[in-house]
Amino acid sequence: MKRHVWYWGLIAPLPLFLAIVYLVPFLGVVRWSVTEPQLGFGNYVRVFTDPLVLSVLWRTLRVCVLVTLATTIMAYALSYIWVFASPPIQRLVEFGVLIPFWISTLTRAFGWLVLLYNRGLINTGLRDLGLIDFPLTLVRNEFGVVVGMTHFLVPFAVLPLVSSMRHLDTRVLTAARGMGASRFHVFRSVLFPMTMPGVVGAALITLIFSLGFFITPAILGGGRSVLVAEFIYVQIFQTVDWGIAGAISVVLMVAVAALIALFIRLTRVEQMVG
Amino acid sequence: MAYRPGPFALALMGLIVVFLLVPLVAVVPISFTPSEYLALPQGAYSLRHYRALVDDPAWGNSALLSLWVGIVASALATTLATAFGIGLWFLQPRLTRLLVGFVIMPMVVPPVISAVTLYFMLTSLSKFAGAIGYDTWPGVVIAHIVMISPFAVVMVLVALSRLDRRIDMAARSCGASVPRRIFSVILPNIRFGVATAAFLSFILSWEEIAVTLFITSTKAITLPRLVWSGLRDNVDPAIAALSVLLILVTIVLMVVITVVRARADRKPAH
Repeated sequence: MKRHVWYWGLIAPLPLFLAIVYLVPFLGVVRWSVTEPQLGFGNYVRVFTDPLVLSVLWRTLRVCVLVTLATTIMAYALSYIWVFASPPIQRLVEFGVLIPFWISTLTRAFGWLVLLYNRGLINTGLRDLGLIDFPLTLVRNEFGVVVGMTHFLVPFAVLPLVSSMRHLDTRVLTAARGMGASRFHVFRSVLFPMTMPGVVGAALITLIFSLGFFITPAILGGGRSVLVAEFIYVQIFQTVDWGIAGAISVVLMVAVAALIALFIRLTRVEQMVG
Repeated sequence: MAYRPGPFALALMGLIVVFLLVPLVAVVPISFTPSEYLALPQGAYSLRHYRALVDDPAWGNSALLSLWVGIVASALATTLATAFGIGLWFLQPRLTRLLVGFVIMPMVVPPVISAVTLYFMLTSLSKFAGAIGYDTWPGVVIAHIVMISPFAVVMVLVALSRLDRRIDMAARSCGASVPRRIFSVILPNIRFGVATAAFLSFILSWEEIAVTLFITSTKAITLPRLVWSGLRDNVDPAIAALSVLLILVTIVLMVVITVVRARADRKPAH
């Protein structure tokens, strides 16, 4: 049919373009991992035995879990207010979430650098108040990385949580209050269990995004707290070890794909139940 | 009576909003420092770092390059995404889920893996066609299209999902050709979705740094690439001045969009 030719002519260009410039080159990166410097799985053995690579993977996991926890807690509190507070306060939260959301990664990491470095606003302020004699090391370490990444990810976790809370039947909460439950009790026994699927979804999204994070940790880690993404960059541009860079990329891809599969399965279950 | 949060939750929310906004506010005083390095102005204020943005041609050139790359990449990505979305909407093939899943991959794949992949692609391309490969502006455009088209696709699909199929059926039964149906029926009805897709993909290209860092070195220096170089070595306070300007533009744009959207909501579409 002539019409079908038209329709496929509209559909095809984007997937074809991506297949050529994205999918096929990714297979090229996979090939690096088993051919550079020599044929075999040596690079994969190195990923799981080389103490340097292992320490980077371990640090990445530790930082990402911390970031996921902090992000989910903050996003939960914000979503709760966004959904249930009076309209003027809702608008305040909306702006507080959306302004950082629209500002670039670099600007936001730079803002934290300005606050946290040795002569930064926080150290200067504490010294002027006489609380410290020597500057605290707040940046170019894991602390700075966790703060910066959490700041980046909170808006991404807020949006799914808000949409899950909007679907709640709020009469249940009012009823629990009316029966004399304290606000904390309502949260612990009613609100939190009911929003659990949203919490798991937001936490998984945060974890998926955080694992391959590059810019924020590279700036706030200052080359000392190197996470896996920056490690791959160093392997390609400084050590010129394409094989190990390819192998780590493949391992990271598999981990993220597993998390995405888990996410899809959980949200489907939720749809079937809800 | 509506359920309302208590004082503890409100206080916690206040602290978190401060946490979210404080790094954006912090760059403001730093940008007015008279000193050559990052420091709070001690009594004296200066606009020298704003002047530096104008006087040093590197900033202007990078901004122009980013603007150009953003316009070209967003126009191409939006066109590809709109055609893709409209085609799927017409045909509704069984493969829809698979195709959509495939084209939004760059959105969920960790940016560093996309960066390595596009670095591999562009360095290979450089061997045949140096002008569009590694460290060239067309190369940056190709890479940006990959990274931004998933977002454009999502915007277009959302707009199409709200479209009433009966208006297209009417056009079809009146004998309208496929181009006629696209340009006279579908596009006028999803124009806000397409405009949002174009705007969002421009912003994403304008800000893109993770991939750009892998695929450029000395020639195709976009604005974020230049900021990155300035952040890694001795931090240049001109970056603070630039950040203040970018934050101001963002806030103004947000207010404008909120107002425009509020007006569009008030006026019914037909």
